[in-house]
Amino acid sequence: MSKQITMTIDGVAVSVPDDYTIMQAADSAGIHIPRLCYHSKLSQFGACRICVVDVEGMKNYAPACSTQVKDGMILQTHSAGIRKARKVLIELLLNNHPRDCQVCGKSGECTLQEMAESFGVKSDEFSFEGERKTFETDRSSVAVRRDSEKCILCGKCVRVCSEIQGANVLTFSHRGFRANVVPAYNLGLGESVCTNCGQCINVCPTGALLEHDNTEEVWHAIHDPNKVVMVQIAPAVRVAIGEGFGNEPGKDMTYETVTALRMLGFDIVFDTQFSADLTIIEEGHEFIRRLTQKGKLPMITSCSPGWIKFCETFHPEFLENISTCKSPQQMMGAVIKTYYADKSGIYPAKIYSVSIMPCTAKKFEAARPEMNSSGYQDVDAVLTTRELIKMIKEAGIDFNRLKKSEFDHPLGESSGAAPIFGATGGVMEAALRTVYEVVTGKELAQIDFTDVRGLEGIREAVIPVNEIEVRVAVTYGLANVHKLLTEIEQGKRQYHFIEIMTCPGGCIGGGGQPYPAGEAEALDTSVYEKRAQGLYGIDERKVIRKSHLNPDITKIYQEFLKEPLGKVSHKLLHTHYHARHPKGVPARIKDTVNLFKAK
Amino acid sequence: METSVVPDIANVVEKWKDKKGNLIMILHEIQNQYGYVPREISFQLSKLLDVPLARIYEVLTFYNYFKLKPPGKYTVSVCMGTACYLKGAPELLEELHHILGIKEGETTKDGMFQLEIVRCLGCCGLAPVVKIGNKIYGGLKRSDIVNLLSQYSKEGAPVAQPV
Ligand code: SF4
Ligand code: SF4
Ligand code: SF4
Ligand code: FES
Repeated sequence: MSKQITMTIDGVAVSVPDDYTIMQAADSAGIHIPRLCYHSKLSQFGACRICVVDVEGMKNYAPACSTQVKDGMILQTHSAGIRKARKVLIELLLNNHPRDCQVCGKSGECTLQEMAESFGVKSDEFSFEGERKTFETDRSSVAVRRDSEKCILCGKCVRVCSEIQGANVLTFSHRGFRANVVPAYNLGLGESVCTNCGQCINVCPTGALLEHDNTEEVWHAIHDPNKVVMVQIAPAVRVAIGEGFGNEPGKDMTYETVTALRMLGFDIVFDTQFSADLTIIEEGHEFIRRLTQKGKLPMITSCSPGWIKFCETFHPEFLENISTCKSPQQMMGAVIKTYYADKSGIYPAKIYSVSIMPCTAKKFEAARPEMNSSGYQDVDAVLTTRELIKMIKEAGIDFNRLKKSEFDHPLGESSGAAPIFGATGGVMEAALRTVYEVVTGKELAQIDFTDVRGLEGIREAVIPVNEIEVRVAVTYGLANVHKLLTEIEQGKRQYHFIEIMTCPGGCIGGGGQPYPAGEAEALDTSVYEKRAQGLYGIDERKVIRKSHLNPDITKIYQEFLKEPLGKVSHKLLHTHYHARHPKGVPARIKDTVNLFKAK
Repeated sequence: METSVVPDIANVVEKWKDKKGNLIMILHEIQNQYGYVPREISFQLSKLLDVPLARIYEVLTFYNYFKLKPPGKYTVSVCMGTACYLKGAPELLEELHHILGIKEGETTKDGMFQLEIVRCLGCCGLAPVVKIGNKIYGGLKRSDIVNLLSQYSKEGAPVAQPV
């Protein structure tokens, strides 16, 4: 057990447990020590030295992130010497950094830029000498682009990829001037075992890692008079987009977003939540079939494309367990260019279909060869929440003052089961609401499955459905996934149904979501909790809260699909995935990654 | 390739498996055996040791000692000891850079030549000296290099025109 000690930071008395670092002590007292390589949810690295503080009685400045507190410690976080030291460190980084801010995708949200500005680094005060490192920008991935020249070697991407995502794609390579962060054998991210999750982008303090930018091609389609541009928005986008305009995380801005999309020039605005309901109908029936007809169990959800690639790469033995259902994004894509094209009389080749996603891996999913069952690429372009925010800003739209407007029909209506897809546990809960009622024929007394909600790394529940005790599990973060699957193989765990989300907290913590503002950082539980509450709030405010009761879903089955798992569904809404040549193995994980407070 | 390498690395892995710092020792043995660490073997090692490939690559690039590519058929060693240096070794090196298109520690695309710098070959009387394979050539001038190399190139023709 740790005991409390008392110390003085910048003249303020602070009482903290004795196993804290100076950084943790300062954080708990609301004193922000600058940092580049430190992240509270990742292992210690101690490389950048920006966090140095002046401790009385110590000869050298101490790095706050890797120095333990002591009783009676007295320290300054911004003495004259410290300020000078930090300035020099930033100057050294800038000496080896492209002077690119005006054309850099990270400008305005870049920690390095902010520090240079706030420490008063001026270009005429430090001289630029010698060679700068040069690397080619890696554009091999449709999801993540990596510009090593902007990398300051803080190692946060390496750690998030290994410790949270277990994928271990990135590593330091070489030393000294040639030092870099790359996938093994300097492969492009697109050729590597990268899952496209984008978590490395979320933690990167500079513009070294960013999503592959698709905004130009979307503008191009909007300006093209021969295209009818349709767009869908994922659940998690609507409770995070406001953050880009100074709002609190979790604020529901669904209908302002619809207005903004129309102002940008999108012709038809649909809701991915409609196809989330559709997914539940197909996936629910698939589960019932597997359960009652001795199909392969556990069945595992298929809507998170980072997980799909992780499975193909590292756990191909579970491919048969993955639901054959496409994700809501891809179901919507397929339905737009068939059902809706027919209904509206718009020739599918004229349709340009865009989706707005909290996720970088969705870019990869849309580009997969499996995803053209309409006879065309089902979804033409995917934008992240961040990219949409940029487009709205570019167009000079005052987002916070927008009036609300409704989605277009008939692919715009959704039940309360759909928004919660965006939070970890939500797909499971949505599926259970429908599976229970379809199997038992009875109405659920309690439709909130709170056991599967929350932010714990792996959660379990047992739900009685008629005479079967259905065992379910919910997890997120691929390190947790690797642990869960390994333990299933070892016979330590047994389930009927598993929900897997790639990103921490589910899609609300996706790799394409806004960078948290102010003191909040990436992987911040309080941000995830607020976004999740936003989604559960949308669910609660809906009159219809079960997918099978969505009237537009009933209609699409009557008019087009005929029956769940039927012939048309099979062609348009289902698919199969294949093993990839696995280069290497994922990270070894002993404990469940629980970044988060228990619910 | 993959099937043929498994048995011998399996032995090496078995030998070091439970020892501390085994990754480096295993890579060391593999380099001794092959003259470099073939990529396919790294793939196999990753699985056998349950160590991510990225980690193996980190180790391989951290130490200059490890080579990722097969060594060239002929090692061209330029002596940069004091005597050779003063008698024009830097010029010979520059010429080699030009003709072979590689730097120290690298191998030509066709796998023929690998360029190295050495401190002293122990024959300062012949300075400046270049060693190709195990033959030593002394008293060289910049203009000699192209002819010298052409004796080793596959068709016996000059590898490239000096620039
Ligand atoms: S990474 Fe930051 S500092 Fe570097 S060019 Fe981009 S905005 Fe500027
Ligand atoms: S996108 Fe995800 S899997 Fe790929 S390198 Fe980044 S963190 Fe790793
Ligand atoms: S890419 Fe970004 S997160 Fe990764 S080491 Fe470089 S600066 Fe840090
Ligand atoms: S934040 Fe402490 S050394 Fe980087």
